[in-house]
Amino acid sequence: MDNSHIAIELIDVDKHFGAVHANDKVSLTVKTGTIHGIVGENGAGKSTLMSILYGFYQADSGHIKVFEKDCKFTSSRQSIDAGIGMVHQHFMLVENFTVLENVILGTEGGALISESLEKARKELTRLGVEYGLEVDLDTPVESLSVGILQRVEILKGLYKGAKILILDEPTGVLTPQETDELFRIFTSLKEQGVTIILITHKLREIMSITDQVSVMRDGKMVAHRQTNETSFEELAELMIGRKVLLNIDKSESKSGSPVLKVKNLHVSNEQGIERVKDVSFEVCSGEVLGIAGVTGNGQGTLLKALTGILPLTEGSIEVFGEIITSNNHLGPKILRELGIAHVPEDRQRMGLITEFSASESALLGYHNDKQLNQGLWLKKSLVRDNCESLMSAFDVRPADPKLKSSNFSGGNQQKLIVAREFERNPEVLIIGQPTRGVDIGAIEFIHKRIIAMRDAGKAVVLVSVELEEIMSLSDRIIVMCDGQITGKVDAIDAEERTLGMMMANVLNPSETNQEAQP
Amino acid sequence: MNEFLLNTLDATLRYSTPLIFASMAGLFSERSGVVDIGLEGKMLIAAFISAAAASVFGSPWIGLGAAIIASCIFAMVHGFATITHKGNQIVSGVAINIMASGLTMVLGLAWFKQGGQTPALANDERFLSITLPGVDIIDYIPILGDIYRELISGHNILVYLALLIVPLVWWVVYRTRFGLRLRAVGENPKAVDTAGLSVDRLRYKALLIGGILCGIGGAYIATAHNAQFTKDMTAGAGFIALAALIFGKWRPYTVLSACFLFSFLKALEDRLQSVVIPGIGEIPVQFIEATPYILTVILLAGFIGRAIPPKAVGEPYIKEL
Repeated sequence: MDNSHIAIELIDVDKHFGAVHANDKVSLTVKTGTIHGIVGENGAGKSTLMSILYGFYQADSGHIKVFEKDCKFTSSRQSIDAGIGMVHQHFMLVENFTVLENVILGTEGGALISESLEKARKELTRLGVEYGLEVDLDTPVESLSVGILQRVEILKGLYKGAKILILDEPTGVLTPQETDELFRIFTSLKEQGVTIILITHKLREIMSITDQVSVMRDGKMVAHRQTNETSFEELAELMIGRKVLLNIDKSESKSGSPVLKVKNLHVSNEQGIERVKDVSFEVCSGEVLGIAGVTGNGQGTLLKALTGILPLTEGSIEVFGEIITSNNHLGPKILRELGIAHVPEDRQRMGLITEFSASESALLGYHNDKQLNQGLWLKKSLVRDNCESLMSAFDVRPADPKLKSSNFSGGNQQKLIVAREFERNPEVLIIGQPTRGVDIGAIEFIHKRIIAMRDAGKAVVLVSVELEEIMSLSDRIIVMCDGQITGKVDAIDAEERTLGMMMANVLNPSETNQEAQP
Repeated sequence: MNEFLLNTLDATLRYSTPLIFASMAGLFSERSGVVDIGLEGKMLIAAFISAAAASVFGSPWIGLGAAIIASCIFAMVHGFATITHKGNQIVSGVAINIMASGLTMVLGLAWFKQGGQTPALANDERFLSITLPGVDIIDYIPILGDIYRELISGHNILVYLALLIVPLVWWVVYRTRFGLRLRAVGENPKAVDTAGLSVDRLRYKALLIGGILCGIGGAYIATAHNAQFTKDMTAGAGFIALAALIFGKWRPYTVLSACFLFSFLKALEDRLQSVVIPGIGEIPVQFIEATPYILTVILLAGFIGRAIPPKAVGEPYIKEL
């Protein structure tokens, strides 16, 4: 394939959403047959730009050229016809359809589906062999793992004749092994002349797989680089506009006696399905215990049990001399008063109320506090002062207590929640996904604060799906898979590869014959 | 006893016809992701218009055509509110029901001045029973002859149409391109949008099909089952059809069985009035009337198995990432 050909050219693409200027005269050139990375913080406008290219949104102004032909996309259909396929961050699959049905949706051919199904079956088998993307075509997609679903999405694009594949944050939900596998697929696609656009905020992926990289910040395209001529540090600086500290300086932990003891814990989720199975661990004062695992392997349920939101079905949790069992349930309010703070996994749904003002969100859970009340009523000035002091302590921007919670960026929402929980000086911190969807600047800030709490002698339980985060913050790491603990390691000995295998539970001797997904 | 059973089953078929049309209408609409609580209203307006047109123009077929048009207009109003303007589907459906109830009375009073009723239809203005060929021959065979004569033969054409429409619906939903897209748009409209298809257009099509089917159902009630329009004559058939749709888990054949079950209860109700059952006493009619709803509630409570609705049903599709 001649690399001099241009697959995509975007010229001065501009897009507003109300007052938000999502794309500000963005230009981009992607060469045929290359892997082109687009990096930027959340909200930098990457996804919007790609959705415009995919015809999902229409640009306010600007030009799009695909394979050097002018294009005007008013629906995804035209973009597909021009040879563009997109794998969205959240898969666009119909869950109760089979793989085959999902693939043909939108390009069925005739009015009856039986013929198209047979045609697609042949074509997909061929594509599967050619690109190493074999998938069982008759399985309903709801029973497939995320790694396989991603293949289905890629196959879907290829089947529709895509010569250019856009992937939006494709590795967010994958184990390291699945990520490696995905990158292997990328390489084989590239060899066949497919152009790949990879959107991510993970610089490591950019460095390891792409040929070119473009950086976006605040809706603008700020730089284009050859990947082999740039560096981790330079890209990070371009992304946020200043130097960042990527590695956390932390001293050795001075851990004390166990504060939180979990014994043979079993917990069922809201639907009554057992998600935590026989989990035991201890957390000492002055240490961070990291809990790693792919999303949905019981970590969320565990967090809810530790904070009193869900009752236990078996086992016990011992904290501050109280023993919580299935018969002795202590709710979130009591636990919070005892000194357990909780930064929930899902900040939009559990961390704050998006319709509330910042000052209201900043007192959730502490609304009975004497410092905020006067008689029967919340005292407005106290509530405002409380929020103002949290905002200044944690650098929440804009520092406006009256602003609606939903109008803050993800990072600032998270900082507000962290501030609310940390500033009460709790003894035990239960933290879920502290930096999910948070920009690099805020990540750095939140990480420093977590370490500061540890150094102040607090016991910290940290759940995260970001292995890097777990590895850099934790003193000890446990790995969960399917509700069970599948590995325990000290952070010093932890390697990404071993953790990944624990996350997929392939180290377990009883299941050694079960290979990791090829 | 045999005659009692045959008569009850015969009545079951007659009662089930509007339920089948309405529940198949609901199946299209809800499979596409639009809650259709307005089945009742659409059937009511169709019943009124069919009786009015049949009476004025002297033909049940003209009545049927007018009924379909009226019902489709109501369906499109629902679509305009919920698809184009992303309005709340329940509110719009309730509005349709109220509008139909009021409009039929107002128009009835204005046009016919008979207290809201339409004039009684003469026989050639109605759909009449058809005697199927071969009744005389099969009649000599015991049991089978009775079943053929009493149960299978002797219904009007719309009853047979209802029975034929179910396999047709199944075929459309599971075997055609439109059906695939219909099922997809009710489960994950975003997947449909990103596949380059128009969510709105698919939903409008589904509602239009629903409008046609409700139109036929309404015409059946006024011009086949009865011989004139009377106030609120659909009497909850649209809601029972909705219950049958849920009870039948949005699948054509199971929905059909639910329609039969509910109609059987209704037929039984007519026959069990003031019948004293030994040991139990007289069964209150209200109890039998309430049975379809009670059964549906029991089902929804999870005793018979979970009814999982199309995932996106009830949510207007708003394009965002």
